Amino acid sequence: MSQLSQKHLLGIKNITRKDIDLIFETAKNFKEVINRPIKKVPSLRDVTIANIFFENSTRTKLSFELAEKRLSADVVNFSSSGSSVKKGETLLDTVNNILAMKVDMVVMRHGSPGAPHFLAKHIKANIVNAGDGTHEHPTQALLDTFSIHQKFDTLEGLKVAIIGDILHSRVAISNIFALQKLGAQVMVCGPNTLLPKYIKSLGVKVELDVKKALQWCDVANVLRIQLERQQIKYFPSLREYSLYYGIDRKLLEQLDKEITILHPGPINRGVELNSDVADSDHALILEQVENGVAVRMAVLYLLAGVGTS
Amino acid sequence: MATQKKLILDTDLLNVTVNRLCQQLIENHANFDETVILGMQTKGVHLAEMIHEKLEQSLNKHIDLGHLDTTFYRDDFRRRETPVKANATNVPFIIEDKNVILIDDVLYTGRSVRAALDAMIAFGRPRKVELLVLVNRKYSRQLPIEPDYVGSEVNTIASQKVLVELMAQGHSKNKIWLINKEDQ
Repeated sequence: MSQLSQKHLLGIKNITRKDIDLIFETAKNFKEVINRPIKKVPSLRDVTIANIFFENSTRTKLSFELAEKRLSADVVNFSSSGSSVKKGETLLDTVNNILAMKVDMVVMRHGSPGAPHFLAKHIKANIVNAGDGTHEHPTQALLDTFSIHQKFDTLEGLKVAIIGDILHSRVAISNIFALQKLGAQVMVCGPNTLLPKYIKSLGVKVELDVKKALQWCDVANVLRIQLERQQIKYFPSLREYSLYYGIDRKLLEQLDKEITILHPGPINRGVELNSDVADSDHALILEQVENGVAVRMAVLYLLAGVGTS
Repeated sequence: MATQKKLILDTDLLNVTVNRLCQQLIENHANFDETVILGMQTKGVHLAEMIHEKLEQSLNKHIDLGHLDTTFYRDDFRRRETPVKANATNVPFIIEDKNVILIDDVLYTGRSVRAALDAMIAFGRPRKVELLVLVNRKYSRQLPIEPDYVGSEVNTIASQKVLVELMAQGHSKNKIWLINKEDQ
């Protein structure tokens, strides 16, 4: 297998285990590339990529842009603030206008779940979902699981707990799919109000007590409280959340084993994660960022190679 | 389709050939102080390892050996039906101002070697680059690239293929075949 089964990366749900293995293998080679003195390869020199961001993003956008540039692709950026979207243009019109300028791939973040799936039905270019509302964020899940894979060599049988705001998290959903496809056991943990009603139907364990979740897992992926997506109050205050769900060194020292901590960023220090954990050897957080570029290079490279002959 | 196979090199002859190539390399590079070896993924690496081992034995010293993968530098990406799968690159030394011996199993169109030259530049500017191949398919080049050291030369046409089976890849014996595919 040297080719992905899909023309787009819309979500982890749509791809196979073999696809993930191929992405990991390719990402490993790109990780070596980005650690060279000359970090660039000419693979995508005839490819133009549009980064279309209808929602705010710092690290994902930067990471995609770096990945594209390291692959020698031509890059155009678009963010909805200050664009014609504000004048009432539809999503399809906006994207078709950009594609008329001969763009081969679209990396899109959108506030509405399913927006990239809608686009995939209407346009020819390869589409990479960089986050669609509270639905999926496939490249984040790939880089999280790749980081775990790099440390443990396999995810088969590994116990991974996803802790925090599961309800509003596209990272959680994509991670659950990716972890399960790679053979890991998954637990979600958070206050009842921040757990989706039907989460059990995804085949994950549910735990309300963070200490029990940490005691159970080998790896904890700690998510940010997404205040910007919360229209009503799901918990009394951040202080109270931090008291019951915040992870600090003291809590980790009470466990009878060492666990690995992941966080997709940006961290709310002192809320879900204390600095004494975030900056410790337990945390893979900065490695996740490094791996993010390699994984995104692999995704873009492999998608560019699908069905082009 | 009738397929004809002709053996070009077997284990014994390959041994003689590799020994000869090593002697030629020592003639030109003396004690290998300023020379490094780069094997091209995947089969060139096996050949490079064979040559490297023999050279280290005869000279009784350490010689730098790297693995170079050319996948990301190929000029046929997005132009062939199935993309080539990438392999590991491992060049744990600086090639700046060194003599580089690039090793591959078969030289055919020359396009892989072109990609390898590109890939190599990411690790510095070598003083000189030489090309060593086990089998040189003559009259089939698409680029002005010629080898400096040749194990065996064959005249081939496009419908023929050179198949390299090496023990390092899990085959029971080292065998290099010329395969003829003819219509009945």
